[in-house]
Amino acid sequence: MYEKNGEKYFVVDGHMHYWNAAPDNWVPGAEQYAKGWIECFHAYMGLGPPETHWSLEHFQKYSEDDLMKDVFEDGYVDVAVFQPTYLKEWYKEGFNTTERNALMGEKHPGKFVYNTRWDPRDGDEGLETLRHNVERFGSKGCKLYTAEWNNGSRGWKLTDPGAYRYLEKCQELGIKNIHVHKGPTIWPLDKDAFDVADVDHAATDFPDLNFIVEHVGLPRIDDFCYMATQEPNVYAGLAVAIGALMHARPRFFARVMGELLFWVGEDKMLFGSDYAIWEPKWQVEGFVDWDFPASEDFADYPRLGVAGKKKILGLNAAKLYGIEVPAEFRLPADAGTPAAQDDAQLVAGA
Amino acid sequence: MTALGTVRDPELDEPITSLGFVTSCTVSADGDAQVRLRLPTYFCAPNFAFLMVADAYDAVSAVSGVRSTEVVLEDHFASDAINGGVAAQAGFAASFDGEAVSELHGLRADFLRKAVLAGTDQVCRPLLAAGVTRAALLAMTLGEVPTSAALDRLRQRRSELGLPAGPGAPLVIDPATGERIREEAAPLHLRRARSTRISIEANSSICRGMLRHRYDSAGLGQATAEERRAQ
Repeated sequence: MYEKNGEKYFVVDGHMHYWNAAPDNWVPGAEQYAKGWIECFHAYMGLGPPETHWSLEHFQKYSEDDLMKDVFEDGYVDVAVFQPTYLKEWYKEGFNTTERNALMGEKHPGKFVYNTRWDPRDGDEGLETLRHNVERFGSKGCKLYTAEWNNGSRGWKLTDPGAYRYLEKCQELGIKNIHVHKGPTIWPLDKDAFDVADVDHAATDFPDLNFIVEHVGLPRIDDFCYMATQEPNVYAGLAVAIGALMHARPRFFARVMGELLFWVGEDKMLFGSDYAIWEPKWQVEGFVDWDFPASEDFADYPRLGVAGKKKILGLNAAKLYGIEVPAEFRLPADAGTPAAQDDAQLVAGA
Repeated sequence: MTALGTVRDPELDEPITSLGFVTSCTVSADGDAQVRLRLPTYFCAPNFAFLMVADAYDAVSAVSGVRSTEVVLEDHFASDAINGGVAAQAGFAASFDGEAVSELHGLRADFLRKAVLAGTDQVCRPLLAAGVTRAALLAMTLGEVPTSAALDRLRQRRSELGLPAGPGAPLVIDPATGERIREEAAPLHLRRARSTRISIEANSSICRGMLRHRYDSAGLGQATAEERRAQ
């Protein structure tokens, strides 16, 4: 819970991790990838305020107590959504698995939502694991990382036939929310791996699932926005957008927010800290204080008010995950003018 | 270094020199050139990385007096495949045997089209701000636009794609077909142009930040913070 100027914000961190990327977890022979991955993450941390930077050693492996303090005690988060990333070709026990998350979360009832994951290249066995994870952890969402290496393959797309089997299984098992993260290496390597067109197809073919495109489609924000405006079940995950830009490049952050508010709208944007890349504290504080710079450059973007910030920081995610929001944090039924969606007509008429 | 300044990151549409991607560049008295390149992360997309290494190789090899060229990409998960492939002039598909089905021309063209869209916003936004109506903008030719660095750049990108770029060509065109944008499609087209520009600029700022975190030294020919602000 965060309070500022008499306004109370219910905070759902829609994207965070509990990883072990220390050398004790590196797969022999794949050390360079495990090391490269975590150092790349650590460089992202460098884009946050200097006083929030950690040493690489601490960043590789932080404790349960660190997480509870950074996210809940200091970070204002009420409920956090664990988004697993396996990377078992590089990390012996996985980078941050559903099991690891749940093992920790069990000690803190009500604080966490356990998303699981799947990879279409795991075939029938993976489908069975998915069913098992949903039963055991009550997962209502999945995190998909399309650039994961798997047995010589460097990635996959949501439109692969194998992926559709999994999406059908998700519907059958009651999973509602599919978080998609695009990564750089994907077969074939001569195509743009970050292309979001496959999410567009899957969102059309699975209208009952919600597709939360993580990192707002970075580095393809433009294509993502254009797709999201046409697909009612596509959402923008703000993890990385806030962390990488709000402090380091405030004017670019304002432009990106303007684009998202215009094309996607405040009802379909979800806060995520991407902890432990960045701590939620400064992101929540900064986001509540944030406004467009006073300049003509930003004049034609939709404004974001208190109601919109409440939605983005927690209420939208609470709705997607069925999280009970105490009455004091809810919006009156008619509060908040949704961001302009004139573009939907533009697109329809195009 | 001048030759390397013509090599662009195809995704960010900026020279690899000003991005800070050039670690070093030396030419021996006998004309043996050695270039070392670096990128913001270990996992930067291998296809774009390959294009930059290959383009650097071609640009340096074309300099008169250069007898041999070696370009080495450092600290990247695919360094060996890329460096070896470029040195052997093997092409992308052969360098990533089994992982790619074709060369990267299509990828490069896709991103040039984005550069044209972004450049359209760069050129049109000041005109609109100065009071030019949308209808007048759509009727304008490239020759009627006051000269600027942004206009030169837009024309250059258009000609690279084989799109009309002469003074009589329309200013606002579809980067896929080269056709003039019609009035009814213009609001959406101009909005997308701005989104594309912002997307590229946001990526560029993140890449710069990551590179700075990874290497604490400036690259050869890297624009200083002051110069960047002025851009």
